[in-house]
Amino acid sequence: MYVYDEFDRTFIAERAAQFRDQVARRLSGEVTEDEFKPLRLMNGVYLQLHAYMLRIAIPYGTLSSNQLRKIAEIGRVYDRGYGHFTTRQNIQFNWIKLSDMPDVLVSLAEAGLHAIQTSGNCIRNITTDQWAGVAPDEIEDPRFWAEVLRQWSSLHPEFTFLPRKFKIAITAAPHDRAAIKVHDVGLRLVRNDAGEVGFQVLVGGGLGRSPFIGKLLRDFLPKEHLISYLEAILRTYNAHGRRDNIYKARIKILVHEIGVEKLKADVEKEWERIRDGYLKLDDAFLADIRSRFIYPAYETLEDEPEGLKRALAADARFATWHRNSVAPHKAPGYGIVTVSLKPIGKPPGDATSGQLDALADLADTYSAGEIRVGHEQNLVLPHVRQQDLYALWQKLDAAGLATPNVNLISDSITCPGLDYCSLANARSIPIATAIAERFADHDKARSVGRLHLNISGCINACGHHHVGHIGILGVEKNDREFYQITLGGKADEDARFGDLLGPAIPYEEVVDTIERIVNRYLDLRQSETELFVDTVKRLGVEPFKEALHAVH
Amino acid sequence: MAHPHQQKLKISGSVVITANRLADGVVIHRTSEGQWSENLAGAQILLTADEALAALKAAQADGLIAVGPYVARVEATPTAKPGNLREKIRTEGPTFPLPSDAPVAYLPNEVGKVAA
Repeated sequence: MYVYDEFDRTFIAERAAQFRDQVARRLSGEVTEDEFKPLRLMNGVYLQLHAYMLRIAIPYGTLSSNQLRKIAEIGRVYDRGYGHFTTRQNIQFNWIKLSDMPDVLVSLAEAGLHAIQTSGNCIRNITTDQWAGVAPDEIEDPRFWAEVLRQWSSLHPEFTFLPRKFKIAITAAPHDRAAIKVHDVGLRLVRNDAGEVGFQVLVGGGLGRSPFIGKLLRDFLPKEHLISYLEAILRTYNAHGRRDNIYKARIKILVHEIGVEKLKADVEKEWERIRDGYLKLDDAFLADIRSRFIYPAYETLEDEPEGLKRALAADARFATWHRNSVAPHKAPGYGIVTVSLKPIGKPPGDATSGQLDALADLADTYSAGEIRVGHEQNLVLPHVRQQDLYALWQKLDAAGLATPNVNLISDSITCPGLDYCSLANARSIPIATAIAERFADHDKARSVGRLHLNISGCINACGHHHVGHIGILGVEKNDREFYQITLGGKADEDARFGDLLGPAIPYEEVVDTIERIVNRYLDLRQSETELFVDTVKRLGVEPFKEALHAVH
Repeated sequence: MAHPHQQKLKISGSVVITANRLADGVVIHRTSEGQWSENLAGAQILLTADEALAALKAAQADGLIAVGPYVARVEATPTAKPGNLREKIRTEGPTFPLPSDAPVAYLPNEVGKVAA
């Protein structure tokens, strides 16, 4: 965990007090809605279909148990007892009154939480691998660098009014769990031939109505230049990004229009000018930040303790969950537990205040008081002793948090869709829950294997449909909901966009069509180990079209 | 179900002026008395573009009560009912049960299904 210092705490508290004044002036009529809207967006407050929505940042996806309890409390006191985790390591509440927002921000600040950088045309909440700091395959903990970026980017005066929002993700592992290739800037910690650690820099990735995979801007950036180089990227974007058309304002469009080589030339020219100035990171600054990351004191333990072996042999349900939800940890004798927020038939990514309180208690007992949020809208307990896994599972199960469907078809990424969102054209959640119910037999879902189903209710792609193994995009035709289906997308280090299967199909035909697509895959795969996405890669979408045609 | 900001003031059939209440975001509709009601059935039904435009302008001047007023199609039977899914959801809420801690936080039959 990162421990906030007095500066951080004061900063968040002052920001909450500032917003209280802004809300009071709006409610009294002193400022108009046009004047107020950018102010509320800077504090994560949106106006959705039924109510205001508050998006709270979870910087680099790390929460303490006390912070999770605070989130549960906000849900219980100010909302309707539940919240929704998003694909960018935020949590959203859907029903908070504007008049209550100042109290909510003050309450959040008490726990070191805030809504800064969750909206507006600024550098958004920096995201990273939910397994950061515990994954065996990482070079080093990327959250440290995410915190460096947070300190640089929070309320950066030059980048508060960018042409459009700017999203940065960072990973330190060869296997990308942070979807860095579909971010405005993607950073990967790498080692060069000399054994030095630095960053590979990608630029211009993104989803939405104009999806692009990030392009390589720099193979290797020495660590001390991280901020100066990003400053150069942002300055170049700020100067040349389009402001005449909101749909062409992201840096991905700039990269597309001028080419990555031209962008690189502009960035490097600016960088040469500033690289050795005050933005060059010095060891004392980095050491100070590093000292604020407190890690658990891991015990010296063996992998696969006898107690775990006995429980796995004795309890098949536990064994099923263990195979699905527990990943290897860098410390022997520990495991990384993914807590599915995709119980069958429930809105994906939602958790009740009771569940969050239960998880906070379980984190205290079993995971050094720490919880992570992943972009797939699940939670993680990152430091669980393997000998505690059986006891933990029993308690998760009692709280409805032990659905063994991580990475299966029912573990969908799903945006709020037309049930909440003022931008949506079609519903997402009922599609997700209906598909999950169709595959509620986890044995069948497991026989299908890893299959990422991503659903968006409009072209803005909050549900990451382009990079789903199966992507579903809601569109509207003559006041009716239709859905386009794409196959073969991926969000990892081999990121690619899915290919369109054919014409959009109506709402009521989606679940049957998805089942036919999955059945077609089962017929076509070469072996049980060939994943859905690999079958699509091998054969293309053509053999799957009959699944679509069967209803036309 | 076009986004309201993309709507042109070209109407066919019955419409109402709808918005969200400033203080709490609750969905509200403009009445024939120029007030705002949470009840869609109490909304003033407008039949011409001129009527709708006049009511919309009046609503836009109500910025201390209503945020983002726009023209929404309704069915007049004879009181206003939602004219499309978007307005139906705004009126009735999400189309699925909201997550709740009571009585159970998950489907009870799921427990049996995970047994291998």
